[in-house]
Amino acid sequence: MSDEETIIDVSTFDPHFRDEIAAEPGGEHIRRCYSCSTCTAGCPVAGVTDKYNPRRIIHMALLGMREQVLTSEFVWLCSVCYTCYERCPQDVRIPELMNAVRNIAVREGHIPSTFTVQMEKLREHGRLYEIDDYENERRAEYDLPPIHEEKTAVHQILDRTCPETCAEEADKKHPEEAS
Amino acid sequence: MTNQYALYLGCTVPVRGMNYEMSARKVAERLGIELVDVEGFSCCGFPAKPLDWQAGLLMAARNLALAEAQGLDVLTLCSACTGTLTEANHRLKEDAQLRAWANEQLSDLGRAYKGTVRVRHLARMLYEEVGVERLRETITLSADGSHLLADFGFAPHYGCHYLKPSHLYDGFDDPENPQTLDRLIEATGARVVRYEDEGQCCGGGILGFDEETALLLTKQKLDHVTAAGADALVLICPFCAIMYEANQRRVEKLYETSYKLPVLYYPQILGLAMGFSLEEMGIKLNRVKPRKLIERVSESASQRVSDEV
Repeated sequence: MSDEETIIDVSTFDPHFRDEIAAEPGGEHIRRCYSCSTCTAGCPVAGVTDKYNPRRIIHMALLGMREQVLTSEFVWLCSVCYTCYERCPQDVRIPELMNAVRNIAVREGHIPSTFTVQMEKLREHGRLYEIDDYENERRAEYDLPPIHEEKTAVHQILDRTCPETCAEEADKKHPEEAS
Repeated sequence: MTNQYALYLGCTVPVRGMNYEMSARKVAERLGIELVDVEGFSCCGFPAKPLDWQAGLLMAARNLALAEAQGLDVLTLCSACTGTLTEANHRLKEDAQLRAWANEQLSDLGRAYKGTVRVRHLARMLYEEVGVERLRETITLSADGSHLLADFGFAPHYGCHYLKPSHLYDGFDDPENPQTLDRLIEATGARVVRYEDEGQCCGGGILGFDEETALLLTKQKLDHVTAAGADALVLICPFCAIMYEANQRRVEKLYETSYKLPVLYYPQILGLAMGFSLEEMGIKLNRVKPRKLIERVSESASQRVSDEV
């Protein structure tokens, strides 16, 4: 019993997707995965939601389900806790692999809004939380030294590494967000 | 032992974890460790890495270069910063081609990365460089010879990036059965409380993307620590603290439950055991009031005053 909509046509798969991931820093070991599921068994996120299953994502990537993987919300659900990284018998380095897939997705414009908001903060303040006079006055109340934002250097780094992909206006294709 | 470090605060600590920063500074000073504030540090690069690894790496490299220019090793308080800076340091040291590329980029910013400094988390530095024995010697005993925290049981939360990936950290602790924070807690005279699933992640990494799932992870730990009867959860990362302390009320409301579980930064309990005041350890900034601890410290302080009179 299958719903027509969930039936997958393998001719749409991209057999080179695994090579594309392997060429991306962090994704080098994808071809080592033999689907033992050690990652998923110990994954804290998979422990509380069916939305995230690392073994399944790697299997989809190996099959060449490029579009499905890159436009998915699930690649963004890895909490990067490295539990699977320590336990994987094949040293697939799954959190790094997830970041490699995310980097590819971002280059194609698939970036969740929460991350574009963070990048805007980095551009504006050089940090995730603004530190201005108000924050420094509060710090002074607790006898802590003032901190000066370093925005120029961070802005320059972001401009030369990811000028478009990491900018808010470039984001047109949000993956479906979970919340 | 190195007794001078560049204090790397990152984004969260100086704004949302001032109690962590205050206590870390005081404790370091007491131990004769000079923490130097370096002008120009930015975000470590952790949030940029999932979007563009080059951006994340260059941000980390630039921060490392700033510490190098001062000739100082880096002392971190946030575990995510520790992981990001340590990973960048490893990659750049090992890969000459990558290092050359990074330096080409950094030279336009007037910086150079050489690979001459180490990155250390505060807890690791306390464990490895100061050592548990020396910490014990700094603990103040009451007039009757008892420890201030003798009646306290603390549940350790190591968090993820303090331990993992373990190959980045030279195997200084076991990621599956970590010991360092346990020993550090015991050094204060308090007891370590065991609880279910101690290695559980706080969920902070996905809070922005899927709050519901993230808070489910937070809830599990709050459930387990409360069930074990700990007086507080003791941790060493500002983001873990946001999940367990700042979001505790939210979890209580969502799941119609009540924890009122105090969450303390390790240097806060160490500092109190050393004889620092509640005020000096920034306890006022702890959102879930550690009532028992406040009572005990106030009692001991008034005892000391009456003894002096």
